[in-house]
Amino acid sequence: MLIKICPDGFDPWQEIQAYQQNALTTLIGKIGATSVFVGTMRDFNEGDQVKGMMLEHYPGMTEKQLAKIVTEAQSQWQILDALIVHRVGAILPDEAIVLVAVWSSHRGEAFDASRNIMEALKSKAPFWKKELLDSDQERWVSKNTDGYTTC
Amino acid sequence: MIMSIKVRYFASLKDRVGRAEQTIDSSRLSTVRSVWHVANPDETLPDNILAAVNMDYVDLDSPVKDGDEVAFFPPVTGG
Repeated sequence: MLIKICPDGFDPWQEIQAYQQNALTTLIGKIGATSVFVGTMRDFNEGDQVKGMMLEHYPGMTEKQLAKIVTEAQSQWQILDALIVHRVGAILPDEAIVLVAVWSSHRGEAFDASRNIMEALKSKAPFWKKELLDSDQERWVSKNTDGYTTC
Repeated sequence: MIMSIKVRYFASLKDRVGRAEQTIDSSRLSTVRSVWHVANPDETLPDNILAAVNMDYVDLDSPVKDGDEVAFFPPVTGG
């Protein structure tokens, strides 16, 4: 398991490739499924154009809660490994905010575990977004939507 | 010996109380809720507030002890 908090931009595909080459070599032949979720910043929210965002977090608690989320997923599904990368600081539209990658022997476990980890991250990991609108107004995002019930 | 608790605030709650952290005397504190009231005597406790002690989520009626780090923050919005 690896959890990374990035103050600078990251390329999710390079992160996956690097982790596979560096940390997953002992799992060669065991991996049958890799499920990947990448969240990127939109340039719109709640009817407004958004030109930037500041992502605040609680250092220490963020890593602790993310590790707990992965450990709980490992107790529920047969996961071989998991990688979470999350951006903090100033972000621009189209940049990656979050990466969740899960490796498993079978697709069902990989799909279900990655979805569960992502939804748990959205409701439990202490990050907060402050949007900068095109009008130069700043506003805190007040809550995350429920990923299971909204489109 | 001085007994103290470190109190931290994040995001919109940090803006609201006007500070990121403070240290308060813990000798008369029993719960997370009492930490808020002693640290913010003029501010009502927001309905949707979340709290953590030593970086684990807790209920507002959870106990606190000397040396704890207590954090208050709004609903999280990462991902």
